[in-house]
Amino acid sequence: MPRTFTPKVVTANALLEGDAVWLTENNAWTRDIREAELLTDEAHADLRLLEAQARVDEIAGAYLADAKSGENGPEPTHFREEFRTRGPSNYAHGKQVELS
Amino acid sequence: MYTYNDFDEAFVRSRVAQFRGQVERRIDGSLTEDEFKPLRLMNGLYLQLHAYMLRVAVPYGTLNPAQMRQLAYIADRWDKGYGHFTTRQNIQYNWPKLQDVPDMLEALADVGMHAIQTSGNTIRNVTADHFAGAAADEIEDPRPVAELLRQWSTDHPEFQFLPRKFKIAVTGAEHDRAVTKAHDIGLRMVRNDTDEPGFEVIVGGGLGRTPMVGKVLRAFLPKADLLPYCEAIVSVYNLLGRRDNKYKARIKITVHENGLEKIQDLVEDRFAAIRAGFSGHDQALLEEIEAAFAPPAFESKSTGGYEAARLANPAFRSWTDTNLSDHKADGYAIVSISIKKHGATPGDATSDQMRVMADLAEQYGHGELRISHEQNVILPHVHKADLAKVYAALREADLATANIGLASDIIACPGMDYCALATARSIPIAQEIATRFDELKIEHEIGQLKIKISGCINACGHHHVGHIGILGLDRAGVENYQITLGGDGTETTTIGERAGPGFSADEIVPAIERLVTGYLGLRSDADETFLQAYRRLGMEPFKAILYPSEDKANAA
Repeated sequence: MPRTFTPKVVTANALLEGDAVWLTENNAWTRDIREAELLTDEAHADLRLLEAQARVDEIAGAYLADAKSGENGPEPTHFREEFRTRGPSNYAHGKQVELS
Repeated sequence: MYTYNDFDEAFVRSRVAQFRGQVERRIDGSLTEDEFKPLRLMNGLYLQLHAYMLRVAVPYGTLNPAQMRQLAYIADRWDKGYGHFTTRQNIQYNWPKLQDVPDMLEALADVGMHAIQTSGNTIRNVTADHFAGAAADEIEDPRPVAELLRQWSTDHPEFQFLPRKFKIAVTGAEHDRAVTKAHDIGLRMVRNDTDEPGFEVIVGGGLGRTPMVGKVLRAFLPKADLLPYCEAIVSVYNLLGRRDNKYKARIKITVHENGLEKIQDLVEDRFAAIRAGFSGHDQALLEEIEAAFAPPAFESKSTGGYEAARLANPAFRSWTDTNLSDHKADGYAIVSISIKKHGATPGDATSDQMRVMADLAEQYGHGELRISHEQNVILPHVHKADLAKVYAALREADLATANIGLASDIIACPGMDYCALATARSIPIAQEIATRFDELKIEHEIGQLKIKISGCINACGHHHVGHIGILGLDRAGVENYQITLGGDGTETTTIGERAGPGFSADEIVPAIERLVTGYLGLRSDADETFLQAYRRLGMEPFKAILYPSEDKANAA
């Protein structure tokens, strides 16, 4: 049986700051996963990833990460991806303070 | 201490200039990430979960005050005001921006430091006993040979693309504080029958996914043969080591798959072939380096004030009980500054703390600092007459935690709070365990206990050689922590044994508490350490403490 496709977002690290960014529907990189494009179709997701990977002077290491639809937009499903939306747990550094 | 000569200086500067060009080409898009990655890794630059990370080598763990101050300056100028000391005597900056890294490297070059070969499949920073040059049980200071190895291995044309990374550790003392048996090459200084100093050469040790205790390749290697012999080992590994599978590429697997005897034969053959090429230049160089590491002019003065201060101040007494080690010179002590304040991140020092430690080294410590693989900072040469003043200054800087070697002196890798390879977090677990033992006020009663935590199977947190090891894993999308017991990273290196099923993030701290308080009931007397009790009793009683319900279920 073919594996069912779970929704994804395209994510990467910003080239200069190195922090997590997500690809939006209108081809911008956002630092807020809730603004990302939630990809529910596998072929479309693969295409979006290819497009993202071509933007070598903006980001590094683009990949598809599992996400789900939440009240305010896409939300991570795995704890690793959740940490990327927030920052480290030992200091108030990273997105948990930069986004608010 | 060794200071860069013109050659070192020119080499490091030219690498900074090269890297500056590479970063520019990456930023303007003419280099892709795939092209840039090996270049940045050669210069110690990683891309982590939330930012880049720059890993700076502290060769054989030795720093002078000017270097420590520069590390503080770099933390303030280009990072978030702190640095993380690692289990391989490096310092990591967690928040550099790509365009700033060449300037950071330039600032390092200003004080004779670099980040070269702190990553990639090359010979990494050569580590050494952090008490080198000070320890009472030392045959010779191992740092001159460590420096010789650094010069030999840096940009060595044959060894820039090894099958996998390659780590060397050196100790000059009887008691192994450098985990030499868990390195690709471990060098233990020994004397032969005629009292000549040389090395026991250990090969194929390593932790990671396939932990192995190193094996003795040569029981006695004359000091003068060190470079050709090491070159022979790495050269044999370079050809024989597997490149088809990253997980089987370390020399420990090469030794395991080919057998020690075959490796011995190949190394001895290669050694015989290249020995003559080392015509003595290396020994002349070593002599120069040894002169640079001449011991400081130790003073003799009264230690009477020290004893009086100990009697007068219980907090100072407690600190001297845990944080001092025996020094080779009369009247001196080795001070371990704990970078493990209860509840803080193991190994993290703020820029202010770095400056305080630099000042103390300058004022009271003959200008020397060391970074230990246990993520603490050492003042190797402090006269006992000055200890009370050093303690007072450390207290002011929040650096006077009296816990060296105790339950809260935990090694922890950065884990999934920073590391892209991690499968779970380590830092919060270390913070919670230390906080808990501080609340219970029992760590002095517990005595010597090494807890080591890794956030993935690669074992940067040395969990395999912790008396209690904790390994963080991802089990079906949830953080899960496995416990190993009975590990040991000293001259009696032992890989810990897995206790049983893992614990959730909520369960792991209570489990460790149960285990350690349970040990208090199991030990034969207050002098029997956790490790000794484990060795005497074996896994079963500890397992029964860790998994009480299972025990009942079996009985029913």
